[in-house]
Amino acid sequence: MNEQESIIVRRAARELSPGMVVNLGIGLPTLIPGVLPEGFDVVLHSENGFAGMGAPLEGGTRDNDVIDAGGRAVTLIKGAACFDSVLSFALIRGGHLDMAVLGAFEVSVEGDLANWMIPGKLTPGMGGGMELAQKARRVVVISRHLDKHGRGKLVGTCSLPLTAPRCVDTLITERAVFRRREGRLVLCSIHPEQTRETVFEGIECPVEVAETLEPWE
Amino acid sequence: MSDLVKELNEAVAERIRDGQTLMIAGFGRGGTPFTLIEHLAEHHAHLRGLTLVKNDANESNLGIGVLLARGMARRLISTHIGLNPDAIAMMNRGELEVEFVPQGIFAERIRAGGAGLPAFLTDIGMGTIVAKGKPTVELDGRTLLVERALRGDVALLCADIADRMGNCWWRGSNRNMSVAMGTACDAVIVEAREIVEPGAIEPENVHLPGVFVDAVVQAQPRKHMQS
Repeated sequence: MNEQESIIVRRAARELSPGMVVNLGIGLPTLIPGVLPEGFDVVLHSENGFAGMGAPLEGGTRDNDVIDAGGRAVTLIKGAACFDSVLSFALIRGGHLDMAVLGAFEVSVEGDLANWMIPGKLTPGMGGGMELAQKARRVVVISRHLDKHGRGKLVGTCSLPLTAPRCVDTLITERAVFRRREGRLVLCSIHPEQTRETVFEGIECPVEVAETLEPWE
Repeated sequence: MSDLVKELNEAVAERIRDGQTLMIAGFGRGGTPFTLIEHLAEHHAHLRGLTLVKNDANESNLGIGVLLARGMARRLISTHIGLNPDAIAMMNRGELEVEFVPQGIFAERIRAGGAGLPAFLTDIGMGTIVAKGKPTVELDGRTLLVERALRGDVALLCADIADRMGNCWWRGSNRNMSVAMGTACDAVIVEAREIVEPGAIEPENVHLPGVFVDAVVQAQPRKHMQS
């Protein structure tokens, strides 16, 4: 985890509250448990078939009997439950997932999410991403502020195929936090080392600023 | 009681033919019937035009990756093939038709197929390319997608424990699509990592009842221990 990723993951961890059932998408989101306070009471759901994921398994392989949705060998906490895919997605679609933390290629200012396909370049399939984006009670997207071309991940309209429309409640980058209010993402918090100018760098659509900014920490 | 335990040859021969739809369990490696797949690749490599229904495409030259590499499949219905660059390349070259299905809809279409339901309604995928070309229904003021049930000719499963009557049990995250697939095919072949006598799995703990199962074979120990 580099410095920017560490800022994102630590800020995202603060969105979790005790007692939540949370699904963490592949990549950066899976690093969140590592920065939660010891003994933090949260049930991590893995869509391939269990609730109550523990720490990664030291020395484990993809052949382990418990893997997460990204194929990492992981452990189960005491009180974990294993189930099949049908029940796992009943849990998601039925509204029992308090939060999903997902990555993104693009997030539109109206909360559309594109994170599964770059036509002609990256076509791995959506996995369980559409259900998570559409049905988690709260969708938090975490991402670097700019893509590798220096373009903001927050855009007026997504150019890539959508994972789900109007689903993103919170967008967290290493520079800022945006929350969806009355249907539009609004700038709500700025990292102490950033300014409004650096936050709006690379963002080419109008974004409102909350009347009162939240403290970062 | 009929004993369902068979030799591999006997379990597979006559059951699998060109052009069939095979449902293959597993999410990544967990629950993937490697022994049955490798048997098909070694002894039935002449098979052509199969439609494979599997959550993912395993990895290059591993699991169904071997069946794809041998040109045995025409079509793959899946949710994610990102760990198998060869399958992506075959798709891009037009050698393999891939239908991507959101994972929960994939599971539910198979469940519906096994439960005697021709289709179901959902809002998953509305407003995305997944909805393209699908029939819709207006219900209670909402527009919903019609998702058709999926059925297969043969299911290939890998249980952690099966008894001689075909009752199956899975460990950890190995269960994934297995139970739904085991209900949704005309024939169900289970490879079991451990075969036990009837009664050894407590009735309340049976995940897939043996009434759905046609044959049980002994799984070979996995030889591809790697990260």
